[in-house]
Amino acid sequence: MIVTHDLTLRVDARLLVERLDWRVDAGQSWCVIGPNGAGKSTLLRTIAGLRPADAGTVTLKGKPLPDWPLPALARERAYLAQSRGDAFAYRVIETVLMARHPYHADRYWEGSDDHAAAELALRTLDVLHLAQRDVRTLSGGERQRVAIAALLAQDTPLLLLDEPANALDLAHQVAMTGLLAGLCREQGRAIVSIGHDLNLAWGGATHALLLHGDGQWRAGPVGEVMRADLLGACLGHPIAVIEHGGRTIFLPAAQDAAGTVPMRRVQ
Amino acid sequence: MVAATSPARRRATLALLGACALAALVGAGLAGSVAVPVAELPRALAGLLTGSPDGMAATLLDLRLGRASSAFVTGAALALAGVMMQALVRNPLADPYVLGVSAGAAVGALAALLFGAALWLVDLGALAGAVAISLLLYLLARRDLSGGRGGVRTGESGVLLLTGVVLASACMALVTLMLSVAPESRLRGMVFWMIGDLAGTSWRLLPWVVLAGALLLALRQARALNVMALHADAAVTLGVNVARLRRFLFICSGLLTACAVTTGGSIGFVGLVVPHACRHAFGPDHRLLLPAAALAGGGFLVLADTLARTVLAPQQLPVGVLTSLIGVPVFLFQLHQLHVRHPR
Repeated sequence: MIVTHDLTLRVDARLLVERLDWRVDAGQSWCVIGPNGAGKSTLLRTIAGLRPADAGTVTLKGKPLPDWPLPALARERAYLAQSRGDAFAYRVIETVLMARHPYHADRYWEGSDDHAAAELALRTLDVLHLAQRDVRTLSGGERQRVAIAALLAQDTPLLLLDEPANALDLAHQVAMTGLLAGLCREQGRAIVSIGHDLNLAWGGATHALLLHGDGQWRAGPVGEVMRADLLGACLGHPIAVIEHGGRTIFLPAAQDAAGTVPMRRVQ
Repeated sequence: MVAATSPARRRATLALLGACALAALVGAGLAGSVAVPVAELPRALAGLLTGSPDGMAATLLDLRLGRASSAFVTGAALALAGVMMQALVRNPLADPYVLGVSAGAAVGALAALLFGAALWLVDLGALAGAVAISLLLYLLARRDLSGGRGGVRTGESGVLLLTGVVLASACMALVTLMLSVAPESRLRGMVFWMIGDLAGTSWRLLPWVVLAGALLLALRQARALNVMALHADAAVTLGVNVARLRRFLFICSGLLTACAVTTGGSIGFVGLVVPHACRHAFGPDHRLLLPAAALAGGGFLVLADTLARTVLAPQQLPVGVLTSLIGVPVFLFQLHQLHVRHPR
């Protein structure tokens, strides 16, 4: 679905990602992992078409990203920004209906099909009861779920999510991870999401992309890439992988004697 | 089904606002130091429409409706420009004057008044000032207005807003300079221009053309405006050409403001409070907000201007005083009501 070739990303003079050759296919769920400032969001904004590539190309369905007309592109990929600043008192239902914008340049008011899509998305994210609320009065987690609902209502084959688990409580983090995994498995959508929770990534993603922040990267199926040594080198902190009851659990390893801060022991 | 406000209800809202505006216009025609009796209204109107205003009532009506039409188009333009400016800088506290368009117009108009120029030169000065300041601002902040897909994050840097505010204060310094060196005899006219005054205005076609054009174009963009107001530059991912939309808003609101200040001087308050009040009353959806604000702004200024020339008749007050005197309490009351109903 999306292919990058020799993609290089820079912010000011700093090299973040160098010559990334990467391919995301339908039905795959990718998790982008890396330390703060490693270029995860920059990569996502680049493949969303929000900023130009510093070198190399990004193609979507075989067509270079800059050649896509904006409305057509908006029917192919949806993008969840890391944060939102709500300046105006839109109601929740209005923000979700707005995600239907790419589908009808000719309509002035939304039709009943748009309402149906919006309602389904709100129900899926468990926020239907908030439909008439002013978005500025929502809690952080509720706002995040509404934003993800809008993404679903946009109904695109490719979903790009910048830290979708942000501000969500534990139950909704798990539910959201399952929801995204289901979209890939059952509907063949492609997902690229950024996350800091390795366990959520392991549970929901099929593939992982590690960004080191100095140009290095590694991409592949989670089983090949999410290894303790690779993750530790990428994140700058040793990672312990524990098998427990048939599940794989990722933990930050305790620092050894020479280490700085003693981590709380895991019982 | 989750109910959003139905189109039928929105149409009813607009019809109601239109009726109010019409009532304000009729009131403006009837009221004055010499009242026109309602019974004479049809005949006088007929005389006006056939182009031969004969008799006292028809003449009065011609004068008053001419002024009222100026008031309406000015108020509507200011309110519409206010809505656009607030969407452009994504800040509900912005008004059409925040980027210095009116301050530029004031420099031009006051310079003309200072040298005792003819009235049409004052208007021309105002227009030239407004256009000059807009062009300067566009050059200085064009990075903020272009971009979009180009890479620079648009709008969030505040370059446009800051540049506008700084240019406005530079213009205000020039205005103060001119006021302080102006001879006594011309000071009154200059101060009245600053406050905003509709005395002596009559039928003019150009502001109506600009208003109608701006409103029609803006309505076509209303959905995109909603998306941009909500998502800022991420609106690109919903298919909105943010850079083009921001340039459109800049040019459109600049033209509307220039038109308004050229007609009536820098009438304060309408461009900030009418959009605000409409947002509170009808919600932030631009598809309804744009026409509603235009109707409400026009009606409000007609009402204020009618009061300005009748309250202390035969003395005429500058309408800018009235807009503030009516607007502030109404607005505060509404704000208070809102907080009582929806405590945060």
